[in-house]
Amino acid sequence: MKKKLISVALVVMITCAALAGCGSEKTDSNNKLYVYNWGEYIDEDVIKEFEDETGIDVIYDMFENNEIMYAKLAQDTSAYDVICPSDYMIQKLIENDMVQPLNFDNIPNVKNIGQQYFETSKDFDPENKYSIPYCWGTVGILYNKTMVDDVVDSWDILWDEKYKGQILMQDSVRDAYMVALIKNGYSLNSKDPDEVSKATEDLIAQKPLVQAYVIDQVRDKMIGEEAALGVIYSGEAIYTARENPNLEYVVPKEGTNVWIDSWVITKGSKHVSNAEKWIDFMCRGDIALKNFEYITYSTPNTEAQENIEDEDIKNSKVAFPDLSTMNVEAYQYLGEETDKLYSNEWMKVKSAD
Amino acid sequence: MKLFKNSKTAPLIASPYLAWAVIFILVPLAMVFYYGLTDDQGGFTFENVATIAEYGYFKALIKSVNLALISTAICLVLAYPLGMILTSMKLTRNTYLVTLFILPMWMNFLLRTLTWMTLLEGKGVINAVLTFLHLPTINIINTPSAIVLGMVYNFLPFMILPIYNALSRIDDNVINAARDLGAGTFQTFLRIIFPLSLPGIISGITMVFIPALTTFAISSMLGGSKILLIGNIIEQQFTQLYDWHLGSGLSIVLMIFIILNMIVENITDTEGGTLA
Repeated sequence: MKKKLISVALVVMITCAALAGCGSEKTDSNNKLYVYNWGEYIDEDVIKEFEDETGIDVIYDMFENNEIMYAKLAQDTSAYDVICPSDYMIQKLIENDMVQPLNFDNIPNVKNIGQQYFETSKDFDPENKYSIPYCWGTVGILYNKTMVDDVVDSWDILWDEKYKGQILMQDSVRDAYMVALIKNGYSLNSKDPDEVSKATEDLIAQKPLVQAYVIDQVRDKMIGEEAALGVIYSGEAIYTARENPNLEYVVPKEGTNVWIDSWVITKGSKHVSNAEKWIDFMCRGDIALKNFEYITYSTPNTEAQENIEDEDIKNSKVAFPDLSTMNVEAYQYLGEETDKLYSNEWMKVKSAD
Repeated sequence: MKLFKNSKTAPLIASPYLAWAVIFILVPLAMVFYYGLTDDQGGFTFENVATIAEYGYFKALIKSVNLALISTAICLVLAYPLGMILTSMKLTRNTYLVTLFILPMWMNFLLRTLTWMTLLEGKGVINAVLTFLHLPTINIINTPSAIVLGMVYNFLPFMILPIYNALSRIDDNVINAARDLGAGTFQTFLRIIFPLSLPGIISGITMVFIPALTTFAISSMLGGSKILLIGNIIEQQFTQLYDWHLGSGLSIVLMIFIILNMIVENITDTEGGTLA
């Protein structure tokens, strides 16, 4: 009997644990909006403000990377109304007919978004029909000045034996391969299997030096001085430097990825007009500024840029770099075949010793 | 229980459980088999299951089996003496002790694993204390050792409870009889206590080995995503690569291991049952 009781208790516990993971229940009321954004990518007060102003009930979910977002959306494009993926993923969503063209008449605040960002967006959204930029930036190396005594200006330093166990790499296929491809002088959108496999070799060779493959944790680990060097998004540079003055962000001389995360409305959205209101709200100068100050990711919103109070940040080359002086490239969707090639190669890296 | 036997109410009373079993056990299982044995076009294929033979996948499976075996062995070594101590203490005090071991399970296991991450970090709490005491620091975070530690910590209660249960069911008279007939402590243990507790050991092993084999949270958190276990690969197929077919195919392979484990348990359990 006792054994039975214990097994019943275990079943209950396991079920509770499983159910605890399930999120908000969905009801079909019209005044709702399902938003799917990156984790820690908004000032939460802004959501509240939007709800108060419009009376729309926002259900806000977060993803950790583009691939997770895609896997969820592929099951049901109506699960969310408005999402904020990156460049290459937007291209994939457009090609797979999972997003819908925007009606710019209903999003008047789009005038605040700098024209040059729409130009860059043409790489993945050729007619600027589907997406409105939310944040943008570069990928670079964050290093601790007290722990690194070499000049950090090249991706090669991530292969330096001296820093064994002190290096943090990004745990996402595209960002990891970006580093290895550019180091070899290839395009970060390479579809050449030989180039990709050379990158794989390099990543495997690097693996013993890597402390961990991380996504968001790179920020806290660098602040806590767990590691000396980490691959990181430029948007974290201001925040990390504020928390730990020993940290400095560099874009390596070989070049890097310039990325844009943009709002898109899903094909199956049931609340299109609410979604338009959301995007319009995000494009408002004061809201974009508020978000920028909270998340410190570069905003493409010119009005917000002008109103930044801190002169250092306003003129910061890290937050608002002059891309014309750098060798940068945006990610493109490489097609299903190449996607598969990359994930198989990445698997080789991850399963290596 | 005899009350319900052969009566017409039996199926009625069983129906909620039946519905539960169909919706939450049979249907998902059927779906796993469907996806695992078909390709994109819905045609039958063994390819997904066969992928396990490929280098990276097979390596991950071997690594998972290895770590799960090590963790199970450590759990057993830790849990058995504890089970004996708990049984020898008799009722009053041991209920507190048993609760003490179940208590951590009331907290979310991800949270507890995350805590280990901060504890074990290079500049984490444990090393800070060690440095303060001028002792050498430990650097096991992001290694297989940290994963084993996480598994043992999380799954130990699942080993303790069945063993404690089996031991506490042993009739004292049996042990006294053995003593009367001249058996020493060691002989009593080897020939009476140990065989009688075998069913508990076997179910403890199953309850630790299976979650240890399939875990992906512990390995990604304490292994720094550097050590790829079969659970991580399956998780990635579903959450990131959107390849349900391969994910299910690999799950079927894992299921074979689990079923093997359960067959062993069943055989020994019935034997143990007749003994008790």
